[in-house]
Amino acid sequence: MKFLCIECDEQMHFGERQLPGDGTLAAVFRCPECGREVAMLTNPMETQVVSALGIKIGGREVPEQPFELVRGSLEGGREGAFADAPAPGPVRWSDAAVERLAVVPSFVRGMVKRIYADYARERGIREITPEIMDRARTDLGLEGM
Amino acid sequence: MRRIRTYADLQGPDRSGLDQQVEAQHERVARRLEGIGTVLAVTSGKGGVGKSLVAATLASALVSRGLKGGLLDADLNGPSAPAFLGLSRPTLEVTDDGVVPPSDGRGLRVMSTDLLMDERAPLRWREPGTGGHLWRSLLERGVFREFLSDVVWGRLDVLVVDTPPGPQRLAELKELAPNRTRVLGVTIPTSASRTAVERSLRLAVEGGLLLLGLVENMAGYVCPACREVGPLHPGEAGESIARALGTPLLGRVPFDAEAAACAERGDMEGLLSSRAGREIGRLADVVAEGLGS
Repeated sequence: MKFLCIECDEQMHFGERQLPGDGTLAAVFRCPECGREVAMLTNPMETQVVSALGIKIGGREVPEQPFELVRGSLEGGREGAFADAPAPGPVRWSDAAVERLAVVPSFVRGMVKRIYADYARERGIREITPEIMDRARTDLGLEGM
Repeated sequence: MRRIRTYADLQGPDRSGLDQQVEAQHERVARRLEGIGTVLAVTSGKGGVGKSLVAATLASALVSRGLKGGLLDADLNGPSAPAFLGLSRPTLEVTDDGVVPPSDGRGLRVMSTDLLMDERAPLRWREPGTGGHLWRSLLERGVFREFLSDVVWGRLDVLVVDTPPGPQRLAELKELAPNRTRVLGVTIPTSASRTAVERSLRLAVEGGLLLLGLVENMAGYVCPACREVGPLHPGEAGESIARALGTPLLGRVPFDAEAAACAERGDMEGLLSSRAGREIGRLADVVAEGLGS
């Protein structure tokens, strides 16, 4: 999808994506000419239809993880179903980040940890904190993770 | 009326690139399937014909004959393959290449939603609220795609796919693995089964999929006392469908209480040596030959 600023007849540029956590999504686009911003807001059903395709509005920032869709979508997956390979590279986790990660269901925890670590490594971030997790969640469009 | 430029008029990039993302998913499937000789879709178009047990037993029999094989349980909501094979629910190793599938005793690689859930847990997707009828089939299609692309199947001669009743998984195989997929139909002798299975197979053929042949399951009943096969269901759906579609009837498998008992306790070794299992073994010989042609 593309957004057009009718007044300037210019294609708007993607600005940011926000996931407030209620199943909705906001994607902000900005006109490079006049600076006007618009937000595309999707309701939970629309967000889910796109998520169900395994695609990300606003583009994909990190490569698709194995079983990303099934692990992110299955309710009550089996504890201990997966043993994820550790993320490469020297990324530290703050105590608060470890604590927050611990409440993620084990079915999906290893994958989520890997995604955050990849996000941090690609941006030269040495330590993952809850704030970094929030930023990654928004940047990567990790609804529900 | 003013003219608003169209999507195609705008030369700037589509940041979301949804079609490119879908294309990338298809490429992942294609790369994974490069190592697989044939994707064999076992299908019926009708529930209750014993298709899943035929699929699991056939996959095991093919591996017993020296082929490298996998079994993808595409019946996401009613998975049964691990139980028939006596597979427990191991921890699945996730590598950079994908999810490593567990193998049964003879090396058959298996993937099933059953491996992802606790024994009695129903398969339930996270609900955003309303509209489940709109997104659920899309999601299940995506999970099936991941089972094809994200499992480290390795090099296989054949990947047997146990498809649930209905045309959806076959349509997806046509889209995702058009040149590797062959279809094996399973029916029981009754006229009701004939109608449903013939319709389903006709749809597959008209959709461009290649039919390998047909199996008639529950073709008679193995007497537990004398081991002779007596009548069970009326009808001759196997021969009728085969004639109508110009495809071979590759085997007739009787209902066998001994085989059913083996399936119940996950004893595939015992199942393969039962009367019904031996018939599926003969089917495996014919299928193996057909895969090479």
